[in-house]
Amino acid sequence: MAFLLTINGETHELDVEGDMPLLWVVRDHLNLTGTKFGCGLAQCGACTMHIDGVAARTCVLTVADSVGKNITTIEGLQSPQAMAVQQAWVQLQVPQCGYCQSGQVMSATALLEKNGNPTDADIDAAMSGNICRCGTYPRIKAGIKMAAAQFTNAAGAV
Amino acid sequence: MNIRRLVNAESAAVDSGRRSFLKLSAGASAGLMLGVSFSGSSASAQNAVADTALEMNAFVSISPDNIVKVLIKHLEMGQGVYTGLATCVAEELDADWKQVVCEHAPANTQKYANLLMGQQGTGGSTAMANSFMQMRQAGAAAKAMLVAAAADQWQVPAKDIKVSDGMVSHGNRSATFGELALAAAQQPAPDASSLTLKNPNEFKLIGQDNTLRKDVGKHNGTAIYTQDVKLPGMLTAVVAHSPRFGGKVKSFDASAALARRGVQHVFEIDSGVAVLATDYWSATKGRELLTIEWDDSAAETRSSNDILLQYRGLVDTAGAVAESHGNADHTLSRSSDVTELVFEYPYLAHAQMEPMNCVAQVNGDTAEMWYGCQSATGDQAAIANLLGTDINNVRINTVFAGGGFGRRANPASDYVLEAVRIARHVQGTPVKLVWSREDDMQAGYYRPAYVHKIAASLDDAGNPSAIHIRIAGQSIMAGTSMAALMVSNGIDNTSVEGLTEFAYDVPERQVELHSPEIGVPVQWWRSVGHTHTAFSKEVFIDALARKAGADPVAYRLGLLTNNPRETAVLKLAAEKAEWGTKELPEGWGRGVAVHTSFGSTVAEIVDVSVQGNTFKVERVVAAIDCGIAVNPSIVRAQVESAIAYGLSAALADEVTLTDGNVDQTNFHTYRVLRMNAMPEVETHIVASNNAPSGVGEPGTPPIAPAVANALAAITGRTFTRLPLKLA
Ligand code: FES
Ligand code: FES
Repeated sequence: MAFLLTINGETHELDVEGDMPLLWVVRDHLNLTGTKFGCGLAQCGACTMHIDGVAARTCVLTVADSVGKNITTIEGLQSPQAMAVQQAWVQLQVPQCGYCQSGQVMSATALLEKNGNPTDADIDAAMSGNICRCGTYPRIKAGIKMAAAQFTNAAGAV
Repeated sequence: MNIRRLVNAESAAVDSGRRSFLKLSAGASAGLMLGVSFSGSSASAQNAVADTALEMNAFVSISPDNIVKVLIKHLEMGQGVYTGLATCVAEELDADWKQVVCEHAPANTQKYANLLMGQQGTGGSTAMANSFMQMRQAGAAAKAMLVAAAADQWQVPAKDIKVSDGMVSHGNRSATFGELALAAAQQPAPDASSLTLKNPNEFKLIGQDNTLRKDVGKHNGTAIYTQDVKLPGMLTAVVAHSPRFGGKVKSFDASAALARRGVQHVFEIDSGVAVLATDYWSATKGRELLTIEWDDSAAETRSSNDILLQYRGLVDTAGAVAESHGNADHTLSRSSDVTELVFEYPYLAHAQMEPMNCVAQVNGDTAEMWYGCQSATGDQAAIANLLGTDINNVRINTVFAGGGFGRRANPASDYVLEAVRIARHVQGTPVKLVWSREDDMQAGYYRPAYVHKIAASLDDAGNPSAIHIRIAGQSIMAGTSMAALMVSNGIDNTSVEGLTEFAYDVPERQVELHSPEIGVPVQWWRSVGHTHTAFSKEVFIDALARKAGADPVAYRLGLLTNNPRETAVLKLAAEKAEWGTKELPEGWGRGVAVHTSFGSTVAEIVDVSVQGNTFKVERVVAAIDCGIAVNPSIVRAQVESAIAYGLSAALADEVTLTDGNVDQTNFHTYRVLRMNAMPEVETHIVASNNAPSGVGEPGTPPIAPAVANALAAITGRTFTRLPLKLA
């Protein structure tokens, strides 16, 4: 069956089974491999993309249910919040093995796009769906705060 | 002296055999790049380097466009080995950090052996320890060649030439490394004994935080892992494994699976039934449609409770003697004041973030592999053996690994051989074997379950005079290629390490071991034996301190008078945590633990808050002595990581079996640490000029006992079972 998907601002026509999760459509059929597979059960956050601006687990979101949505993967991140998050990630040397980090960056960016000045509790709430087995949690938290510091005046009101 | 011979002599690593002809080192990396779709700028930048780089030695190439490429012989799985090893090269090369890029070395035992293992492999927190001098020598050798080239060109004495921040200069003449690379590569490789390495007080990069990580592309999705490798015509494979360890396929029906769109092949292999499809989803849907009858006649069918019950019986009987000083049995039997505790530890899964996977392509008697290879020598030999071919026909391209914690260095090369068996069946077709999270969690190779029984007699001052330790649990090393090295007289050192060579001063000691054979595959897990021995040791000592009415830090220090290193580290942690002076909020408690493993000593002091039957670890203050901290930021990161990993096991991780079936399937039943349970961590590094020792693992052992001891401080109870539960 053919599906029309809007990913990173481009429209793609895909002929796959309707039960295929968006994660696998993007990884195996569009060759965008930045988004990772960690659990397949909405438990780890490695597969996080933005669906209409909201962080979502795409290992359990079917291609059929993704039609008509505005889908952003790590490859398509553009917002100032995303840039600030990625800059902080490099500067604070957040990633270790890095396998979870695409998902972490997606969740952190979605958080900052809604809340320019998150508290520790806000960060815990937004980020606890993203597992990091390397335990980079303290640096993720510090990275979000560093990124947020850029927006406390301007974009913080978004 | 011929420098090549020095490689085996645990010293320099400059491959002089290569110097006499110019060699473009594209071959070393082309295999990796071949057909792999790299979208990221970082990866393509490295690709460009590979095409033009001129080889100075086995580890260092310099391209005319002034990029220094360092080949990394160890697997980068998050521990920071790219950055650490490149720092050592750049330090002695006097390179500009910005011009340095890293790439995994190919599998080649001669060139790239771990000098502490005698084979190419990553593990035991040895990456820096075995590479520190070798990488510095490789950098110094490349610098000498650049200087010799400049001396030729400028007709000046080499000794008057200066190298700094990536520039070679003499008077008002100067050149970049890139400008000299071609001429430098034609210089004879210098004799290792002619190289003068810097004194620690001359270091510009080692010991500094100004070397940003070189495993780039992890913040924007461009870093390439096994999961991301794509080759023309590649198929994705999943395997239906036996639900029980040791089960075999009796019969299967593939007709429904083969009818599923995308499924191309279904066939039986040693480890189950393989389903190959054009993508992962189709392969897993095909697998769901298989009907398989399993033959469990040789399978392990016991429950983990039965296994622990057996161990509890075993620790009441004499075992093989691992260590004996004095006559602890005798002293204990005559003592009126004996403390005895029994400890229990469950099986643990590694649960690294990237489930196991491996890409293989087999053509007759040759194989090419792409994966996060942790045991290059072992895997290469196992693949060659399976295919009945020479190791030189097995090419391994190593990519980043999404965590390892021990799992990827499998002594049986389990997942690697599974990929090769599948690829052999579809000659010439590249196959990516992908395990689901469920496959990964249920595949075994766990940290073994253990039971310990420890008894000590106390002298009048409340100090232990004799200690008797019995351990029961599977041997990790038995039956592996490392058994000869690690098992002697029935004692697998990894079962007892941390309790033998007891850190505290106890005059009479006996350590005994039972190593029953159980059908659950086991393996090393971050910090190996110390994952359980440190817990028993530190909880036991704390219990003795409480019994003596002594302060836990002071009590330990009194028993560490012959151990200046643990004394210093413990004191540093206590001072930084304001032990004994800081007021804690109502309902909070403090605990401490100190342990030495992989050549490094770590002390951790934790604050825990208790509410009803739940508790939270609020803060950890850690101190580490790991010799020279080549990159302090990475040392701190590894301590944070090791604490998070160990805390996960302290709080919740546990693999259980019911009638031989693993109960846990995914992260909803194997509940690993998440951000909301992560404490603040503060790490202090002991200043040292000693050679670097382990960093990846030593932070793990102290965390669980420190938490247990904090809970004991609040509740007055002694916690002897992991994971920790208040009720
Ligand atoms: S892969 Fe989707 S949440 Fe884990
Ligand atoms: S960085 Fe390794 S899992 Fe997060």
